[in-house]
Amino acid sequence: MALVDVELKIKRYNPEQDTKPHWETYEVRVEDTDRVVDALHEVKWHRDGTLSFRRSCVHGVCGSDAMVINGSNALACVLLVKDVGTKITVEPIRGLPVIKDLVVDMEPFFDQYKSVLPYLINSTDPGYEERKQSPEERERFDDTTKCILCAACTTSCPIYWGNESYVGPAAIVNAHRFIFDSRDEAGADRLDILNQRSGVWRCRTAFSCTEACPRDIKITQAIQEVKRAILYNRI
Amino acid sequence: MKIHRHSYDAVVVGAGGAGLRAAIETAGKCRVAVLTKLYPTRSHTGAAQGGMCAALANVEEDSWEWHAFDTVKGGDYLVDQPAAEIMCREAIDAVIELEHFGMPFNRTPEGRIDQRRFGGHTRNHGEGPVRRACYAADRTGHMILQTLYQQCLARDVNFFNEFQVLDIAFSEGRVSGLVAYELATGDLHVFHTKAALFATGGYGRMFKVSSNAVTLTGDGPGVLYRRGIPMQDMEFFQFHPTGIYKLGILLSEAARGEGGILRNSEGERFMERYAPTVKDLAPRDMVSRAILTEVREGRGIGENKDFVHLDLTHLPPEQIDAKLPDITDFVRTYMGLEPKTELIPIQPTAHYAMGGIPTNINAEVVVDSDNTVLPGLYAAGECACVSVHGANRLGTNSLLDIVVFGRRGGAAMATYVDQVSHADLPPRVEDETRERIERLKAGTGGENVADIRARLQEEMMDKASVFRTDESLRAVLETVRSLRDRWHNASIQDKGEIFNYDLTEAIELGFLIELAESLVISALARTESRGAHFRDDHPTRDDANWMRHSLAFRTDDGVRLDYKPVVGGKYEPMERKY
Repeated sequence: MALVDVELKIKRYNPEQDTKPHWETYEVRVEDTDRVVDALHEVKWHRDGTLSFRRSCVHGVCGSDAMVINGSNALACVLLVKDVGTKITVEPIRGLPVIKDLVVDMEPFFDQYKSVLPYLINSTDPGYEERKQSPEERERFDDTTKCILCAACTTSCPIYWGNESYVGPAAIVNAHRFIFDSRDEAGADRLDILNQRSGVWRCRTAFSCTEACPRDIKITQAIQEVKRAILYNRI
Repeated sequence: MKIHRHSYDAVVVGAGGAGLRAAIETAGKCRVAVLTKLYPTRSHTGAAQGGMCAALANVEEDSWEWHAFDTVKGGDYLVDQPAAEIMCREAIDAVIELEHFGMPFNRTPEGRIDQRRFGGHTRNHGEGPVRRACYAADRTGHMILQTLYQQCLARDVNFFNEFQVLDIAFSEGRVSGLVAYELATGDLHVFHTKAALFATGGYGRMFKVSSNAVTLTGDGPGVLYRRGIPMQDMEFFQFHPTGIYKLGILLSEAARGEGGILRNSEGERFMERYAPTVKDLAPRDMVSRAILTEVREGRGIGENKDFVHLDLTHLPPEQIDAKLPDITDFVRTYMGLEPKTELIPIQPTAHYAMGGIPTNINAEVVVDSDNTVLPGLYAAGECACVSVHGANRLGTNSLLDIVVFGRRGGAAMATYVDQVSHADLPPRVEDETRERIERLKAGTGGENVADIRARLQEEMMDKASVFRTDESLRAVLETVRSLRDRWHNASIQDKGEIFNYDLTEAIELGFLIELAESLVISALARTESRGAHFRDDHPTRDDANWMRHSLAFRTDDGVRLDYKPVVGGKYEPMERKY
């Protein structure tokens, strides 16, 4: 652990003052084991209180602070200063409208999430006991239950940048979570939704989403599994 | 600053597990709005890791009475026993209901919900550990939060995301409205409502080393406390034994439930000396004290001898990957250590407020020592005090609390709003909030909010955490009061309307300071040691004088304390040995 001087270059935009975004550079002294979010806090708390960014848990489970850090999507609370270097560039995630500084409009993202029926659908009465599910059936969709809806994947996708109607990787991940859950009965409905023009076929397997995911979900694989389920009509 | 006006039958404040479960219960029964200062899925329920206890007896013999006994004993007999019985009995249905909602619990080979051990949960009144915690790897809270949010979407619940409630209005002796600040615009929204359910979570950010999200600033209790609602049992604040050294990030008790052990500088498994029967799975207050006792007696580790080790190296690597993937990733990310082969530096971290807004078993807020209900006001989850956790909460009982009392509160509120009409809002109900915001933006005193907060956190950690004395508490009380004066002289840089977190952080610090004062004053008065409240100068439990709940009222003349009896039951207080 050692103190380091970090040059933090942040893309700023205040709609109450600016006509377009601009860069501001701040020099802050932090521990090398600090997180990028700690460096951002140092700026906000001691240099420039007008800097706005979302954050909450600050250890990578709430999904508030996805940003573009040195060119790649990441959570600011998961990257450490010693791992990104002393020159750090921070921008808002791409493909969603910027509201102020690093804060983007998340509504389009959540609307796409909602479009895939992201809840268990099962019309049978289970009575007073749990529905049975074998460890193997449970394991089948384990990976996609890890999603924290941070939007790092969707906003790293070059297809999504060019086509806002594409549901995007995060919505497909959450559809996958239910399609492959043995207790769910609406897999076919979700596959219909994802078989439309805005659905899985937009994916060109660039793997950007998989690289961006802070939860290490195998997103491209999940998308391919959904594609195969549509093609072979089999879950 | 624009003012918008809305009318609902009921408003839920906060969208963690308790708020979402309440919203599900009201959906379709009345017009309800859910206000949250975050997006619902950002709520701190999602950070809970280890599990949710219920005596399903899926893997070994168990009963909800044993669970209730453990809860009462774990809470050092400050628990209201009827409330604990309700929680532990309804736990079984609550888990089954979550499963029906789609919760992806880990499974037994027979396809049933799997269960594992957890601190303080025992077989047959303390004979030995029992497998009672239902879990989804080490992200149980994440899965509960996601599942409840999904069910809200299925029911078309009306969310107002990034709306921060800053005031409440009462008329005719009951709730009439709420005032909320919209982060995206800086506008104020007045909600005319018959009822409000507060589910805003904890206030662990008043301590320096904390497992809590930076947004856990006690807004709900803070709003109500300012309006005359007492805070119950504030002196009981839980320090979780295994926070990552310095950062405070939580490493679940499930690590010890799966077989992990604590070691001091001599490599000794020291919990054998403190809790011979359950060892590392003793309740959190005892383990945290044991760790800091080892540190005090010179058996701490590191340059400053101020931490101990959590040892997982003897566990099979595949068990770690399957059962503890997230927390072992935290260790790799933030410590640069490989927990399969290296020891993990840990220290107690501020984790959970047992105290808060006093309620009865239907989550109705009660405002005095006679338990008088304030019509239309409800609270559930960490911000509330039922009291099911007493002086020390058992691990997993928070996830249980939020679903059981979130549901009960939602049900009671839906029934209530069906029977009453709206009370008239007081005139110019938003004025005080608007003035407070304008005053903060206009402040020229030059005090820095972050510096005041850092000082509060350091002092509370140093003098009002695991070990306390009359002297330390008097010192911190003086500091807290001087920090309040400094807060009144705070200046913020951001004068804008849009996503002005500079402003909201200043407001939140105001809540933290008020609640810290009530905590310290309640702790000063309680001249005994019970659960998480430990006084070096009064090291034993004193049932004759202190078997009672404290109530702290904020008045113009300072904090006034009152007390009310603990509601007993079949378990007589006995010495707490594990």
